Amino acid sequence: MTVNIIIFGQLTDIAGSSLALENIADTNGLVKELHIRYPALADAKYVIAVDKKVANENTTLTENSVVALLPPFSGG
Amino acid sequence: MDKEKLYERYQRQIILPDFGQEGQQKLLKAKIMVIGAGGLGCPVLQYLAAAGVGTIGIVDDDVVAINNLHRQVLYSADDLGLSKAKRAAQILDQLNPGIRIIPYSERLTAQNALILFDEFDTIIDCTDNFSTRYMINDACVLMNKPLVYGAISRFEGQVAVFNFMRNGNDEAVNYRDLFPNPPREDEVLNCAEAGVLGPLAGIIGSMMANETIKLITGIGAPLANQLLTFNALSNQVYQLALSVRNETRSLIPENEVAFLQTDYEWLCSSETKESEIGPELFNDLIAKGNVDVIDVREPGEIPVVNDFSNIKIPLAKLSENRSLIKSDTIIAFCQSGKRSLQAVKILSNIFGGDRKIYSLRGGIVQWKKLKQTI
Repeated sequence: MTVNIIIFGQLTDIAGSSLALENIADTNGLVKELHIRYPALADAKYVIAVDKKVANENTTLTENSVVALLPPFSGG
Repeated sequence: MDKEKLYERYQRQIILPDFGQEGQQKLLKAKIMVIGAGGLGCPVLQYLAAAGVGTIGIVDDDVVAINNLHRQVLYSADDLGLSKAKRAAQILDQLNPGIRIIPYSERLTAQNALILFDEFDTIIDCTDNFSTRYMINDACVLMNKPLVYGAISRFEGQVAVFNFMRNGNDEAVNYRDLFPNPPREDEVLNCAEAGVLGPLAGIIGSMMANETIKLITGIGAPLANQLLTFNALSNQVYQLALSVRNETRSLIPENEVAFLQTDYEWLCSSETKESEIGPELFNDLIAKGNVDVIDVREPGEIPVVNDFSNIKIPLAKLSENRSLIKSDTIIAFCQSGKRSLQAVKILSNIFGGDRKIYSLRGGIVQWKKLKQTI
């Protein structure tokens, strides 16, 4: 099962602008895996959206789920 | 302006389907407040003044600087050093003498925010820092005012309409439903550090002006309960559905008094990092001894903590009970780690640099959770 991840803002400095990961069951598992691969992500602030919905709680991922990682920004 | 001229001035929008004279009247009666007359504020102000929004307040305590000019297109090279709020007001007055522009060349603070907002029905956040953004959000929730939000960094922008119910069944989402707590200053770069592309400010600012016109006139579907992101390099637009988080309400001051007491600068301050300690260091320090652990929660809050010796002094009573605190090392804790951060500030004021003062990150809730997993 492949999960596609789109990365926004300055998180792209850490993990590039997109990623595909295999065998990830849910968003908690995804965060764990991401923080192993990219330790700097653990110190960054971001929200996770699954299929264009912000996931406030652990969310099950399915084949071809698209996950977005969005950091806050404050520039004006 | 006489009626005929008025019609002529706005004719190209009045003839739009669903807009009409009625839409124009709604704009002329509207009172909006734009906070920040910078990269986002310039296009927002320009389009809303041109469209005939009747009353526009501008809050900005900054002056025009030369490195603003690549994106803050209201100003010219002759304006360097002038107050942005006042200069923008002059320029907009020339653009549309038929509306009222009120400049406030002061910084928005918790002390003046509620008083200023009271005069306006829609608030537009064009600021450049998190502490003001969280303050604006909380004030809008308290006062039940719609908030048009936009933010930019490098090549990307975000737009949303917060605190606005599109239809009766929805609950209105606010900024804290998206990002519950402010990041520390060092967690995210601002425009000065990260850079920003000029036209991106124009694109996002124009979208904010567009959303504001939709809110006022009732046309179209405003970006309520949604976040739109735009990437200027790829032209990708990504639109997300937002939903209410259960804990959001508890993060927002519950009334005006609590709002006035909230120190938004402190919540976003990078100093917090140095004074915050995690549960492990917390346990180590207690084991070492010569430490006063202070529970700054109100009496009766649960869980009751008997796991280590601690002194119970509610946040508001720290000053008067200073004599109870004797050790060189002081650790404050509360439920989630927020009040204890305020306690660090208060204690630092009382004891100066003589003592080591810490706050337990994540509060006692987090500490208990970790204890269970060990």
